[in-house]
Amino acid sequence: TDIFSVLKGGGSTLLGYIGIDTIIEQMRKKTMKTGFEFNIMVVGHSGLGKSTLVNTLFKSQVSRKSAGWARDEKIPKTVEIKSVSHVIEEGGVKMKLTVVDTPGFGDQINNDNCWEPISKYINEQFEKFLKEEVNITRKKRIPDTRVHCCIYFISPTGHTLRQLDMEFMKRLSHSVNIIPVIAKADTMTIEERQEFKQRVRKELEMSGIEFYPQKEFDDDMEDKSDNDKIRETMPFAVVGSDKEYQVNNKRVLGRKTAWGIVEVENPNHCEFAQLRDFLIRSHLQDLKEVTHNIHYETYRAKRLNDNGGLHPISTNGTHDSNL
Amino acid sequence: MIERPETAVPSITQRNLEGYVGFANLPNQVYRKSVKRGFEFTLMVVGESGLGKSTLINSLFLTDLYSKDYPGPSQRIKKTVQVEQSKVLIKEGGVQLTLTIVDTPGFGDAVDNSNCWQPVINYIDSKCEDFLNAESRVNRRSMPDNRVHCCLYFIAPSGHGLKPLDIEFMKRLHDKVNVIPLIAKADTLTPEECQLFKKQIMKEIQEHKIKIYEFPDTEDDEDNKLIRKIKEKMPLAVVGSNVVIEVNGKKVRGRQYPWGVAEVENGEHCDFTVLRNMLIRTHMQDLKDVTNNVHYENYRSKKLAAVTCNGVDTTKTKGQLTKSPLAQMEEERREHVMKMKKMEAEMEQVFEMKVKEKKQKLKDSEAELERRHEQMKRNLEAQYKDLEEKRRVFEDEKNNWEAQQRILEQQKLDASKSVNKSKEKFF
Repeated sequence: TDIFSVLKGGGSTLLGYIGIDTIIEQMRKKTMKTGFEFNIMVVGHSGLGKSTLVNTLFKSQVSRKSAGWARDEKIPKTVEIKSVSHVIEEGGVKMKLTVVDTPGFGDQINNDNCWEPISKYINEQFEKFLKEEVNITRKKRIPDTRVHCCIYFISPTGHTLRQLDMEFMKRLSHSVNIIPVIAKADTMTIEERQEFKQRVRKELEMSGIEFYPQKEFDDDMEDKSDNDKIRETMPFAVVGSDKEYQVNNKRVLGRKTAWGIVEVENPNHCEFAQLRDFLIRSHLQDLKEVTHNIHYETYRAKRLNDNGGLHPISTNGTHDSNL
Repeated sequence: MIERPETAVPSITQRNLEGYVGFANLPNQVYRKSVKRGFEFTLMVVGESGLGKSTLINSLFLTDLYSKDYPGPSQRIKKTVQVEQSKVLIKEGGVQLTLTIVDTPGFGDAVDNSNCWQPVINYIDSKCEDFLNAESRVNRRSMPDNRVHCCLYFIAPSGHGLKPLDIEFMKRLHDKVNVIPLIAKADTLTPEECQLFKKQIMKEIQEHKIKIYEFPDTEDDEDNKLIRKIKEKMPLAVVGSNVVIEVNGKKVRGRQYPWGVAEVENGEHCDFTVLRNMLIRTHMQDLKDVTNNVHYENYRSKKLAAVTCNGVDTTKTKGQLTKSPLAQMEEERREHVMKMKKMEAEMEQVFEMKVKEKKQKLKDSEAELERRHEQMKRNLEAQYKDLEEKRRVFEDEKNNWEAQQRILEQQKLDASKSVNKSKEKFF
């Protein structure tokens, strides 16, 4: 209850109030001033509602489709990588959100190697960061364009994962955090959804594909139990919408069909709210940390081992962590 | 040119009957005969897995063709596209229908789907070929009609447009079978999205000049109105289900969601009833007719124009070839002769080459033998010389030895002579 008992836990008893706990407040002020960057990539073949979902997640028109691209654009012949950045602000906190879209993925007749442009893009971002880090005179804040999270959209067939899904996740789960979601979940009834989820989870487990949150990175028991609960409900079955309707005197985001209105934020209808809380409200920072501490380090170690070192690394004191 | 004398073309006048003759009963006779014979219908369903094809078939024919125990796509491991057919006999009101459903599991499921339409095309062609052979036989009592009468193509409800795979498939199959595109799992789309999607699909179909099945115009105005309404709704957006749910006291087939029940047979919810009526109740016979008159005839003329026919078969061509049968025969004979000549020339060439080779081989072995012969001769000579040398040496030695012996003898003689002389001296 008082500061003394809180501080006693460490070891030496303090004889007065020092003020160490204000560090939290200082960090908060600093973060608010600098703001942060978050890069999210959406992958899935066309027509699965990727852009709509991203718009719904960030409650603003941030997807590529809203940034002036035509709705019935032709499907590109090869996978392209298009990224759009916006700065959104909430409660004094600024976030530079970059959404990376991958049109053309899985849309051709022959989809061999359609994951390669994506893999290349992710590695390019790591490379950019590595080059900056390894410089003799480094920037105060290295711009972070690394992909922190990749949302993979699974088609709601109701049966199993498609071969393309398995191939993609197998190859990319070690370079980026993959969060699989079941797109257009209003296609399936609740029972069909449960069965599908179980089957998908089993298949992923049998193939050794680890999606985020990965079991091996759980720090302690508390994390493990939280993450276990989340892993049991993944992949989240989501529905996206940017249109509002009136339901029971409330304005809700939803989809209006002839037999009812699907409410996006109603946990009985779909798991969008869960995905949003997970992605933004509780694990945003963790996503960035796992990307920086694990995926980026893996890439860096591989690069430095292969090359025998790039440039001499200067021992320039501490540099501002841009996390 | 022989001119035919002009004869008056008989005009067909319509006469009124003065009594009841009875040929108005003809349709009934046809009807009774067909009912006794029974009907056959083959329906093919094509689309990626998970689009609800099996459920739709079950809903259309109100049977459990694909029961719960039927291994669904989750348990089937396919490396290539298979074509499976299942036959079922349904009876209704004394009319029996032999329904064959052809399924294509594995279509569009792999990472690389190039040519996944080939097994489908092969199947359709093989059924047409079977019918062609049956038709050309001498004994034609039983001609089972297994040709595919209708192909339902399932489009995934992306809301954007057709996928490259859809376009490729329909382009290749539209002149072999009646293609009816359907929007699967239509309860994913809101009514506005559905409208936009349908318009987009029809636009793309016209762009790529895909000929989907067209409903024929009838003389009846009422029917025409209905047909026009159906045409506007193409492609039909369907939802399938055999689960009965209670809605407002009524029992309906539908899908239960937390936000409502999507009714299968409700015209406002989806176009299932339109599809069922069209497919079964009104246009089944027309589909069979179009298959027989258009698609099958296309196949047949292509096939027969390409076949090299012997004398026996030329009588069957109904003048659809551009040349007369005799000319065809003549040409074939010529071709055959040319082929023979060519083969002969080739064989001669091969023969020459072989002879040359053999000759060369013989020459080589001859040269080899000579060489060896030379070598042996040389060896022999060397040995001979050697021997001569040795003999000479031996002779020399012998002479030497003989010479020495003579000297020794001479000495001995001299010695004995001198001894004798000295002996004589003493006496």
